[in-house]
Amino acid sequence: MTAVTAEPQKTRVLSAWKHASPLISCRFDPTGRFVFAGAEDHRVVRWDVETGKATVLAGHQSWVRGMSFSKDGATLVTVDYAGRLLWWDATAEQPKPTRTVDAHRGWARGVDVHRERDLLATVGNDHLVKLWSLQSGEPLGVLEGHESHIYCVLFHPDGESLVSADLKGVIRHWEIDSGKLVRKLDASAIHKYDGGFRADCGGVRGMAFRADGGHLACAGISNVTNAFAGVGNPMVVRIDWKTGKVLRKHGQKAKPRGVAWGVAFHPQGFLIAASGGGGGGFLLFWKEDSDEEFFQLKLPNTARDLSAHPDGLRVATAHHDRHLRISVMQPKPAAKPAAKPAAKPAAKPG
Amino acid sequence: MDCKYACGSPEHSMGRRSFLGGVAAGLAGGLGAAVIGGGGLVTPAFARHLESTQRRVLVVFLSGGVSQLETWDPKPGTDTGGPFRAIPTTVPGVHVSELLPCTARQMHHLALVRSVNTGENDHGKGSYLMTRGRRREASTEYPHLGAVCAKTLNPPTSPLPGYIRISPGGSGGSTRDSAYLGPKYDGIVLGGGKPPRDITRPGKLGADADARRNEFRRGLDERFLRRRRTAATEAYTYSYEQARRLMERRRIFDTAHEPPRDRERYGSHDFGRHCLLARRLLENGVTFVQVSHTNYDTHFENFNYHIEQLGEFDRPFATLIEDLHQRGILQSTLVVVMSEFGRTPRINATYGRDHWGKSWSVALGGCGIQAGAVIGKTNRNGTEVADRQVDHGDLFHTYMKAVGVDSSGEFEIGGRPLPIADPARAAIEEVLA
Repeated sequence: MTAVTAEPQKTRVLSAWKHASPLISCRFDPTGRFVFAGAEDHRVVRWDVETGKATVLAGHQSWVRGMSFSKDGATLVTVDYAGRLLWWDATAEQPKPTRTVDAHRGWARGVDVHRERDLLATVGNDHLVKLWSLQSGEPLGVLEGHESHIYCVLFHPDGESLVSADLKGVIRHWEIDSGKLVRKLDASAIHKYDGGFRADCGGVRGMAFRADGGHLACAGISNVTNAFAGVGNPMVVRIDWKTGKVLRKHGQKAKPRGVAWGVAFHPQGFLIAASGGGGGGFLLFWKEDSDEEFFQLKLPNTARDLSAHPDGLRVATAHHDRHLRISVMQPKPAAKPAAKPAAKPAAKPG
Repeated sequence: MDCKYACGSPEHSMGRRSFLGGVAAGLAGGLGAAVIGGGGLVTPAFARHLESTQRRVLVVFLSGGVSQLETWDPKPGTDTGGPFRAIPTTVPGVHVSELLPCTARQMHHLALVRSVNTGENDHGKGSYLMTRGRRREASTEYPHLGAVCAKTLNPPTSPLPGYIRISPGGSGGSTRDSAYLGPKYDGIVLGGGKPPRDITRPGKLGADADARRNEFRRGLDERFLRRRRTAATEAYTYSYEQARRLMERRRIFDTAHEPPRDRERYGSHDFGRHCLLARRLLENGVTFVQVSHTNYDTHFENFNYHIEQLGEFDRPFATLIEDLHQRGILQSTLVVVMSEFGRTPRINATYGRDHWGKSWSVALGGCGIQAGAVIGKTNRNGTEVADRQVDHGDLFHTYMKAVGVDSSGEFEIGGRPLPIADPARAAIEEVLA
């Protein structure tokens, strides 16, 4: 089978599926069969990517921002703002929670399932990183040290390391086996303490590793001039994993207002983020060698999360207008020439 | 409208010192001379009681417009409810947002009015009407609640200012919001919780020299006032006297004199320190204290910011309520938690809530308030008042009545009667004890 190449500049919205409530998160399962979204009505919705059939997963008591899957896509683990961790049979006709764990005091925002081990990690507003058994749900460890709410957690592709990222843009690199802090990385470009409003603004709202683990991308908001109105621009901080140095602060030429809520590395080397805010919703595309994007696509509504399909062609975005949109990085197929109408029978002589 | 002392009343023909001496034995008489109608400013029962128990007011102003859904009127599980849960309080059946766990344990000292409709979504106008009880009018500037309390409740013999505002920042100074009551009733602003400026005697000036200097000034003032008396000249004289007495009592502004354990209980952040300072001021007899906490104007990420801001608010506020109760002064101190407005039930595209004056809440407690009461309600998802709608005018009457002031009374200013509160509105009787 010939691999199909993505053409990001040709990206277009392919389909839009509507739920009853605004959406806040989305994830494709590893097989690409389903896409799941968390909603403001505390429910998770599963859409069949090919048919668009929706199935509602009920069981959470608050908003679901974090979702992750077992390697085979059979098990889904979700975390909510009530601090609860739920397990689901992701492929069941009507999934029900198979396990519930009170994981964090306050909001739990992030979860990641290890690709190879019986292990998952969660993070919350209690400033803790917690490790759990995927199979049994038993707690395996707690990593302490963050000094603000933790927003994201991710296992490194090497399988040995874990990163957690917080409101202040502090990223902690942990060694999984020992639980030791290896180092701290700096994404503070997407945090600001607003002295006028007396509040912290920003934080790491999305995080992704390049497949080879060489780069870490952290998405958020920068250039904040009014924290409480969200006046700032989407930014993705690209960090070199080996040196820990910030390589790029990816911004935009024409700066849309908002936050970069989700980010993904594409196998062809470019970076994709979805943004949302006062300037509307965008898909933003960057190459490694430039801070500025090489393409941006205006979406019909503000975007709140992004997930890349394993086919390398499609991305899902969760939207405030209750829609889950699938965009495809391919041009529209050329329209087939219209069939010639049948020749009219000659008029009968009168 | 400026305050003009053209009335020639006995009060205003007296020198400040003789006035103070004359009313020292009877506070009610001194206050009564300033009002007409409405059965008098101070109710007889209150007047008798006032000699032994001073009424005080504490306003906690949550600047920017706190969300009623994240505080006093949660709507979990509805389209407007947001991500937070409601938690039970010490009052059976009454729930508040999970962001207020410490306050929930003090709810038996508090009351909620969940049916406020001011119809005002502008910061400046909302702040004005909530603290004045009336809308701004072109022809009349109304005094701030603090100035009204300073005039009606502060014992004239008090060595302390009747009205102090603790602001999150700024350099301090005067509130300049006493309107027709006159500058004597302006508040003192403690910017950043710092003591008033120049509160210590200059190092080179000895105590004896300072006393002689003050005597000389007093003599000049009295001679001047016998011929030219205006609100401004009286305020000038008064402010000197007040400043002198404040200098003698400057320790009340310094929370460093509070036990370390208390400083720890209130927290080291600004709002915690300011609540402890408020306790200290109220305990020392300041009549009206307003503590502001900023900022709640959360058009963007309402939920994150309310976690952050209410995380600061909850513990020190609850600690203050508990301490006022334990020290026996909550029953004589009206507590009001207000904002300029609430926030929209609708959650916007950036997880924010916008300005909303149509259906929101105010919390009350202490003096004259029926502890544990919940007045009014909003509909299922909080978009409208469903029962017992009230506004800023009703609330202002309620504050006055709670501290024993007849809110139907009037101030006599320059021969003109001016109602203490909006005559078209009335106190919320159900919330009063």
